[in-house]
Amino acid sequence: MSVLASIGGDKVNFPLFLHVLGAMLLVGTLLAVALATAIGWRRPDDAVGLGRFALRTLLIGVVPAYILMRVGAQWTEAKENFPDGFDPAWLGIGQITADAGALLIIISGTLSGIGLRKLQRGSGVGFARAVGVISILLLVAYLIAVWAMTAKPT
Amino acid sequence: MDLYDWLLFLHVLSAFLAVGALTALWALVLSTRGATPSLSPDSAMRFGRAGGILVGVGMVGVVVFGIWLAIRIDGYELWDPWILASIVIWALSGWAGGQAGRAFAKDPIGGRRAGIRFQALNSVGLFVILVLMIWKPGA
Repeated sequence: MSVLASIGGDKVNFPLFLHVLGAMLLVGTLLAVALATAIGWRRPDDAVGLGRFALRTLLIGVVPAYILMRVGAQWTEAKENFPDGFDPAWLGIGQITADAGALLIIISGTLSGIGLRKLQRGSGVGFARAVGVISILLLVAYLIAVWAMTAKPT
Repeated sequence: MDLYDWLLFLHVLSAFLAVGALTALWALVLSTRGATPSLSPDSAMRFGRAGGILVGVGMVGVVVFGIWLAIRIDGYELWDPWILASIVIWALSGWAGGQAGRAFAKDPIGGRRAGIRFQALNSVGLFVILVLMIWKPGA
């Protein structure tokens, strides 16, 4: 992180801070969803409670964290004043994972809304599991994004 | 990728693991408040135990790879004020995290207030470390 911060000097510190904090909160909330889904798979007797916890966490936590991460990223990029045509692979990987992530988060949010309604009637565990699987996919994508942001492949 | 790239990646990944797992534990704390928590005590304990282990792994990784980086990078020294401060806060934060885990594990209901207090200390410590890593005052 210290090396990340040294890229653009003091003017990028605050936007970079928001970006990194948002990304960490995003990973944390996705981790909560994935962990609850994994435990629910092994404990079918409590799958409804765990599913409700996972879907609520996604709706309440993942979306705001994503927005913070994305706004921080755009703000950092704007403050960096990259020259025209500057398009390194690491920046592209970050943008692709963020944009594809947005799509998957929208899908997950929709499934969560439907799933929560169904869980009130005792069904809907399948929706929670689907959201959990998407969360695991997102965690893998963000692992690649963290690698790209730190190793900075050209 | 050379050794420096790997160290930086593992350092940042560990930080994400520690803060991420701590965030997951806060989600657990919020979902288990009130008279009718959404999780059963047994599931909450399993979730909390897994989250605590992940925080611990992340905390160890962040300091091991961070110290390794500070030794390897020219211009950074372990006794730089922002690095030294981060290590001290890391130790205090880790202690608070351990106390939180013990309080929740010993008595999830009676020890909840103490657990939350220690978890908050743990979180504030990690937040301050993140600020120090980004701004690097005195560097």
